[in-house]
Amino acid sequence: MEENKLLLKVKDLKVSFFTPAGEVKAVDGISYALGYNEVMGIVGESGSGKSVEAYSIIGLLQNPGRVIGGSIEFEGENLLEYTPEQMRQFRGNKVSMIFQNPMTCLNPVYTIGNQLTEALTCHDKTISKEEARKKAIEMLELVGINNAEKRMNQYPHEFSGGMRQRAMIAMALICSPKLLIADEPTTALDVTIQAQILELMKDLQRKENTSIIFITHNLGVVADICDRISVMYAGRIVEQGKVNDIFYDPQHPYTRRLLQSIPRLDEEDDERLIPIEGTPIDLLNPPQGCNFGPRCTECMKICLRQKPPLAQVGEGHISACWLHFKDALEKEGEK
Amino acid sequence: MGTYILKRIIGSILILLLIMVVTFMLMNAIPGSPFLTEKSTPEQIAMAEAKYGLDKPLYVQLWNYIKNYLHGDLGTSLKMQEGTPVKNIIFHQGKFALSIKLGLLALLVAVCLGIPLGCLAAFYRGSWLDGLLRVVTTIGVAIPTFVLAALLLVVFSVKLKWMPTLSGSLTDAKSYILPVISLSSYYTCYIAKLMRTSMLDAINQDYIRTARAKGVKTKALVLKHALRNSLIPVVTYLGPVTAGIITGSFVVESTFSVPGLGKYFVQCVMSRDYPVIMATTVVLSALVIFAMLVVDIAYKIVDPRITLTTKED
Repeated sequence: MEENKLLLKVKDLKVSFFTPAGEVKAVDGISYALGYNEVMGIVGESGSGKSVEAYSIIGLLQNPGRVIGGSIEFEGENLLEYTPEQMRQFRGNKVSMIFQNPMTCLNPVYTIGNQLTEALTCHDKTISKEEARKKAIEMLELVGINNAEKRMNQYPHEFSGGMRQRAMIAMALICSPKLLIADEPTTALDVTIQAQILELMKDLQRKENTSIIFITHNLGVVADICDRISVMYAGRIVEQGKVNDIFYDPQHPYTRRLLQSIPRLDEEDDERLIPIEGTPIDLLNPPQGCNFGPRCTECMKICLRQKPPLAQVGEGHISACWLHFKDALEKEGEK
Repeated sequence: MGTYILKRIIGSILILLLIMVVTFMLMNAIPGSPFLTEKSTPEQIAMAEAKYGLDKPLYVQLWNYIKNYLHGDLGTSLKMQEGTPVKNIIFHQGKFALSIKLGLLALLVAVCLGIPLGCLAAFYRGSWLDGLLRVVTTIGVAIPTFVLAALLLVVFSVKLKWMPTLSGSLTDAKSYILPVISLSSYYTCYIAKLMRTSMLDAINQDYIRTARAKGVKTKALVLKHALRNSLIPVVTYLGPVTAGIITGSFVVESTFSVPGLGKYFVQCVMSRDYPVIMATTVVLSALVIFAMLVVDIAYKIVDPRITLTTKED
């Protein structure tokens, strides 16, 4: 990808939570780039740092979390150098976010219309009430809410879960942001609604030309919507590549095990699911070597001593595993 | 809404009837008679009681009360101001107005001071300000009104002589200060504590994160998104507060010699002036019931999720 076509460039980002028990390295040096009009999925299990990473882009990290290193460049500007006021103007305007639980993410005491127009008026002081309302109704219609005019005056509790997530999406896109961060937007919804929301997001992405970072632990969801996928484990990106590379040619043992643990319709009927043994590492005391080492079936001696470097395993396909250096290591007599 | 209010009013009348029955039984359970003095002979007492119908069976007396009340007749005083209609005593001698003035002022202070203080404590959570407010509000909640009122009286009126000892009919602004402080301090502190907790709860809700993600300014975040949500528990508490402030004025009015309804109520119980006891109780109860209705409607305004009417309506 050419440098000037990049929307977002995250370089060696490190985020830690300073708890009374010690420093928790939630995100430990991740780098990636996102182009215009691109959809990237970030997958990983709970606690792998995928949400924390997204929150640091939009500046929503809460105490005791702090970005302690690296840079986040958005259209060439380092977001970490922004003042709080610059960051506020940036949020919702150029980057917006939708969250996991639409049931609690809308303010229960204000109407949907009020909350939608607020997203407009807090960035554009000159917009009139009627214009804002008109735009909000347009957005509601765009996300497939019927009777938008009437719906504007209703409260969140009068909406169903799927409708609320639609309203959230409308709210997030009302300022035509360049980047939408979707933090598990379908997790709290039932499967039919999940499919509808995904379809809607795909559709809107094409219409509005928005880049999306799609955070999820559901591989089935990312397969459908993403161009590229980053797989995170314990605060690091272990593998990154195009959707097909990740699904049909996974290189990292963790990705392979992850794929074996989900049911597939194209496999034999008696195919058993293989769980990944063990539990994720304690981020308070991360191991010296590879974070996945203790759970890896192909673990070597060096894996427990040193963190693996990133290896280019294909075009735009990288993986952080010592296995890719096996030949070189054997030559050196290390294994 | 209309049907709801109508239903509540009908309910209120039934509650008032119940209150009358209970009050009647309680005041007849206290030994003594309004006409009992050191000099009076049993014959004189019997005569006086016969004159006012106190010799009739209790159920007849109760029925007479209810019948008269339904006609808007609150009876006449037996002793305190013998022969004066009770209606005049309560409404035309400024007593009711005085108590209401004092109560509303205290309520206003409690709300206008308690809510901002609670917000401040929540906003500067963990700072010295929060610590100070916690100590002050805890003390305020712990000290009973009669102790605080006496303390204020001794310090500011007797020792320092800054304030009048007898507040009287509250004719000048200065005489309001001590009674209002005594009456409102507990509620101010309680509301501040309640507000702090609910504000902290609201600030950590998901919808605040959503609003932040939209780019809403911090001020609007707190004043618009968090405040209204955190007001819900406070509004709920305002019902009992109103009742408490109205009934609590008894102590304060006595301490500061304010000739309000509260003080009069205590005196009429002492002298067994039955019609006055009954009328004061019913009037104060009606006031509390009305305050509760207002609070319930306010509740609906603050939180749109609340439905006042039941499904059948």
